[in-house]
Amino acid sequence: MGWNRKILRVDLAGGTCREEPLNMEWAQEYLGSRGLATKYLVSEIDPRVDPLSPDNKMIMATGPLTGTMASTGGRYTVVTKGPLTGAIACSNSGGFFGAEMKFAGWDMIIFEGRAPKPVYLHVENDRAELRDASHLWGKSCWETEETIKHELQDPLVRISSIGRAGENQVYYACIVNDLHRAAGRSGVGAVMGSKNLKAVALRGTKGVSGIRDFGAFMQATNDAKKVLADNAVTGQGLPKYGTQVLMNVINEIGALPTRNHRDVQFEDAGKISAEAMHEKRPTDGKPHLVTNAACFGCTIACGRISEIDKGHFTVKNNPKYWGASGGLEYEAAWALGAANGVGDLEALQYANLLCNEQGMDPISFGATVGAAMELYEMGVITKEQIGLEAPFGSAQALARLAEMTALGEGFGKEIALGSKRLCTKYGHPELSMTVKGQEFPAYDSRGIQGMGLAYATSNRGACHLRGYTVASEVLGIPVKTDPHVTEGKAELVKAFQDATAVFDSAGICVFTSFAWTLADVQPQLAAACEGDWSMDKLNEVGERIWNMERQFNNAAGFTAKDDNLPPRLTSEPAKTGPAKGMVNHLDRMLPEYYQVRGWTPDGVPKPETLSRLGL
Amino acid sequence: MKIAFKLFASLSDYLPAGSLHNRIELDVDEGVSVAEVIRRYQVPERSAHLVLVNGLFVPPAERSRRRLQEGDEVAVWPPIAGG
Ligand code: SF4
Repeated sequence: MGWNRKILRVDLAGGTCREEPLNMEWAQEYLGSRGLATKYLVSEIDPRVDPLSPDNKMIMATGPLTGTMASTGGRYTVVTKGPLTGAIACSNSGGFFGAEMKFAGWDMIIFEGRAPKPVYLHVENDRAELRDASHLWGKSCWETEETIKHELQDPLVRISSIGRAGENQVYYACIVNDLHRAAGRSGVGAVMGSKNLKAVALRGTKGVSGIRDFGAFMQATNDAKKVLADNAVTGQGLPKYGTQVLMNVINEIGALPTRNHRDVQFEDAGKISAEAMHEKRPTDGKPHLVTNAACFGCTIACGRISEIDKGHFTVKNNPKYWGASGGLEYEAAWALGAANGVGDLEALQYANLLCNEQGMDPISFGATVGAAMELYEMGVITKEQIGLEAPFGSAQALARLAEMTALGEGFGKEIALGSKRLCTKYGHPELSMTVKGQEFPAYDSRGIQGMGLAYATSNRGACHLRGYTVASEVLGIPVKTDPHVTEGKAELVKAFQDATAVFDSAGICVFTSFAWTLADVQPQLAAACEGDWSMDKLNEVGERIWNMERQFNNAAGFTAKDDNLPPRLTSEPAKTGPAKGMVNHLDRMLPEYYQVRGWTPDGVPKPETLSRLGL
Repeated sequence: MKIAFKLFASLSDYLPAGSLHNRIELDVDEGVSVAEVIRRYQVPERSAHLVLVNGLFVPPAERSRRRLQEGDEVAVWPPIAGG
């Protein structure tokens, strides 16, 4: 079956935990994780609800492949209405927490209301209870994990928690599991904080039972693992260099957003690249990178474990940060580095550690610092307001602002607003590099046209993980397309968006898609799950999920006007590199995209589209 | 004429020892092709997956036809991806 067929519903206000059967009709239509949890959310909340009010709900969900033998089957998602955007939020994390939820016998946990005082949820197989978390409030994610494990006298309990950022409702607070994996984007951690829910601690010893055809499943997962191992990207490139190998590529093609997207190439890209992570530091003769790491059941192992230079100004008096820990990945290295012009790898890792420790999305945090640095250079905000000088390129400012934001001090409270609210507050909304309130990731859409459309139409605001056309436009996966043209991009974006929704909903990592297509996922799902899981069905499920998310956003008040890019990207040409002189031509792609999607020219799904998808 | 030749990720092993920042400057004959430069450094053809000249993609079929010019920057990667 893949599914455990069981949901845990937690009423935080009433302090109760209740078991419910999983709606198996919905499972057949929305698969699991992202799709199925979103179906529950949109059926249970008012789309116009204030995301930080008790009326919003938060769902932690696994997919049918989570916890199984399928490679990368350790993923879980957090689905809620996002405070950063006001749109649907769906943040995906690896590590071991998701698999543990399956082992404990649950498919998802729905959190409702707000606890009167801080609590954490403890689940041990069938037993679930809310416990007092007053003593954990104010603690970091790292301290919380350690304290709970100590209290339960169980080192194998798996924990997702919020740090100070989630408690303080930083708009881009995340939920951290297994110390350095995170449901990162859209502020899901702030929702958890608003509910007075500090942590979820899971222990499951049941394993995953109920695979529909175990023999076929073993065969399918083994075949698919061979595809990953034989592929040069997933078999060699990602384990050795991690995602950060893209730093030099994206810089060379002139699409590395630099200094709040003022520039598209960063002169210090090499210093913060995967190659630099492997080089020995002149200071202590050690490379930054210690080893790679894998999430549950992953045969790719793209994760980075690094050791910061103990003599660096950020940590020399702070041994707590000296040990090997998670980072840097490409997105974090870009957002903390190029986005604000900082080329000091150790400073980036320090800021990254603070993001993991206190639970902040490094993409939105770094990009917001970039916006603040631009406002500072323009004289709109001053040294006195910030508390220090903050020009582009200042590693000191980056490190200090990371501390202030993580701990809710001084100007950190302004950085906590995110780029859109910050820039609007200081009279320059046009400088906010966001879509639907969420900060861009590490690709400038002037040099990669399709990404402009992917960003503008992403259901959770600017995001690379909703339709990663970089794979095709830059890396040639599955086929190479020209990043400078707009023709054909509407279909490309739709295809990536729908397929990604299936990968996410299955409970596997989207990085498998560098080697797998849906045709590699399909036999695994068909063997694990009862029902029809043909290719046609999967394509339909992906499209259904996308349209469901869109409908929620439309009902929440979003319109076609919000499928937009900041004016900088559509009217200020790239200054250097191969895309020099180019802007993003969203206007050419968007009408075609609406058409391909079966939506009206106003971006609303047509009745025939909805009825075709059973929505 | 002078060109720059850059090998990234695992291909950096094919650069002469002591090369800095994945890059060397080369003195080459006029009219040399992209494929010839890559061959000169013994980079296996299937490892030269992503080839850019001045940041623009050169498809495999064009690499032996594409002549380099003074100041060109050739950058090569094995199959890689990120996110
Ligand atoms: S590919 Fe990387 S992010 Fe994905 S599951 Fe494996 S280690 Fe985790």
